[in-house]
Amino acid sequence: MSAGLSLEQAPPLSVPLRFFLSAPLFGLAAAGLLLWLGPDALASRWSAGALALTHLLVLGVLTMVMCGALLQMMPVLVGVRVARPRLLGTLCHGLLLLGTLSLASGFLGAGREAFRAAVALLGLGLGGFLAVMGLGLARVAQMQDNVRGMRWALLGLALTLGLGLLLGLGHSDLGLPLWRLPLTDLHLAWGLLGWIAALVAVVAGQVVPMFQMTPPYPPLLRRWLAPGLFALLGWRSLAAGYGLPLAQLPVLLLAALWATFALLTLRLLARRRRKVGDASLDFWRLGMLALLLAALIGAAALLAAPAAAATLGLAAALLFLLGFALSVVNGMLYKIVPFLVWLHLQQRLATRIEVRHRIVLPNMKSLLPEPRTRRQFHLHLAALVVLLAAVPLPALLRPAAALWLADFALLGLNLLGAARRYRAECRRIDRHPDAVSGSPASA
Amino acid sequence: MLTDFLTADHGDCDELFAKAENAAADGDRAVAQAAYAGFEAAMERHLSIEETVLFPEFEARSGMVGGPTAVMRMEHGQIRAMMAQLRQALEDRELDDFLGLSETLHILIQQHNMKEEQMLYPLCDSTLADRAQILLERMQAY
Repeated sequence: MSAGLSLEQAPPLSVPLRFFLSAPLFGLAAAGLLLWLGPDALASRWSAGALALTHLLVLGVLTMVMCGALLQMMPVLVGVRVARPRLLGTLCHGLLLLGTLSLASGFLGAGREAFRAAVALLGLGLGGFLAVMGLGLARVAQMQDNVRGMRWALLGLALTLGLGLLLGLGHSDLGLPLWRLPLTDLHLAWGLLGWIAALVAVVAGQVVPMFQMTPPYPPLLRRWLAPGLFALLGWRSLAAGYGLPLAQLPVLLLAALWATFALLTLRLLARRRRKVGDASLDFWRLGMLALLLAALIGAAALLAAPAAAATLGLAAALLFLLGFALSVVNGMLYKIVPFLVWLHLQQRLATRIEVRHRIVLPNMKSLLPEPRTRRQFHLHLAALVVLLAAVPLPALLRPAAALWLADFALLGLNLLGAARRYRAECRRIDRHPDAVSGSPASA
Repeated sequence: MLTDFLTADHGDCDELFAKAENAAADGDRAVAQAAYAGFEAAMERHLSIEETVLFPEFEARSGMVGGPTAVMRMEHGQIRAMMAQLRQALEDRELDDFLGLSETLHILIQQHNMKEEQMLYPLCDSTLADRAQILLERMQAY
């Protein structure tokens, strides 16, 4: 019972922020790699460049932000107890950062030592994160739909990690075979749908009605989306493993599930009662549109002739990763970061009785000005369109990579701007002429 | 039971907030000011109900005075301070300032409501099950 009582469990700002500020750097690394490798990078899903790129994005950007956000949200909003948030945050972040770099360098030819390091670092970093979150969630008394959904998403991450570690060991030259074909497909399916999309769906169930004031998602969907998703992924995994008939049916049903979710979210957003829009809302709408297209094109790839299937599959994968997952993560960052900065400034000021009424703190919109976030959204949209055009026209790949480089740079600068503003405002509070020297100054 | 009543009240306050914000976005200060006054009154009523009816009852029964209710009271203070800033912006005819502040207030209120709806209200429902009917009547009559 007591686990549900911890309403004041927010970790220090530096814990989530280090994850959020690292993500654009991995995005820059991925875009830089694409620019350097050019059209060859995406010629085959097995190419070294494609594998390095995918993992820089999925681990370095998406999982990086998601872990940071969960370390912030789970104690505050779900009541999960995290004993040493700063220590856990530092370890998770460091291990994930180094592990992702090792893995990418392994794919790019750094040899078996890089894979061994990646297996150890990512196994410890993500495994430790999962253990703390999983144990914490198991102790939460109130079983709301979002808590249930969160457990499914973490299970998805655990399965993806397990499969990934097996594949990594295969690359490590330790006498284990590399079961590349069967395991890679499963690793991919569980990672993209069982972890990333499942987490987005749980978060959407909470924040879309809350931030945009839309009607809620239908209870049936909130309750059954994650179990249904896992049943379909399990069916797909078994069908692939044992060569069962109708192996393609669960894939088509998965596409239908996500197309439904995307359409429903777009419909809810169209019925929102807050009329004031912002870049975050644009990112969500783009994300859902891209998810819908990814599902439709992915289903078409399954039914198409082999030659067309590879092209369609690539388009679906790009739409899913950069159009859907990255857009939603980007939109969330633009809500979470300014709010956390504002909240921590507010709390700092509240402890300074002598200057509390003499300082007016900047609001969220002035911490992260709308014109800058909008500009980044437009760049993001342009980068996505040019990248999709590069699927049939490979000459456009390098221009697309350059746009992605600018997109991630602007995202990083926007987030960094809010972080720097935090430090400046802290100084303003601490050095106010009326401030008593030696006031409590722990951030 | 308590959860349902108080959650529905959150929703009513949200509606009034959206009305004020939408009017401000349309540049209609008179409508925004009227709607905002309605929102502030509804919100103040909601916060007072919690502080004078629900929290003392929960604190007495659970013995937790410095626990979750203390955090909620602190956040109520933050919400009230923000609401005053927004009211001032409308009085000063600064609609852009109002819209900058309204986003901050909206998220402040939403994350506060979420903690209450997810954790505190269900806890009150289970701790105060035998008093729920009486409390509900006092809240409705408030």
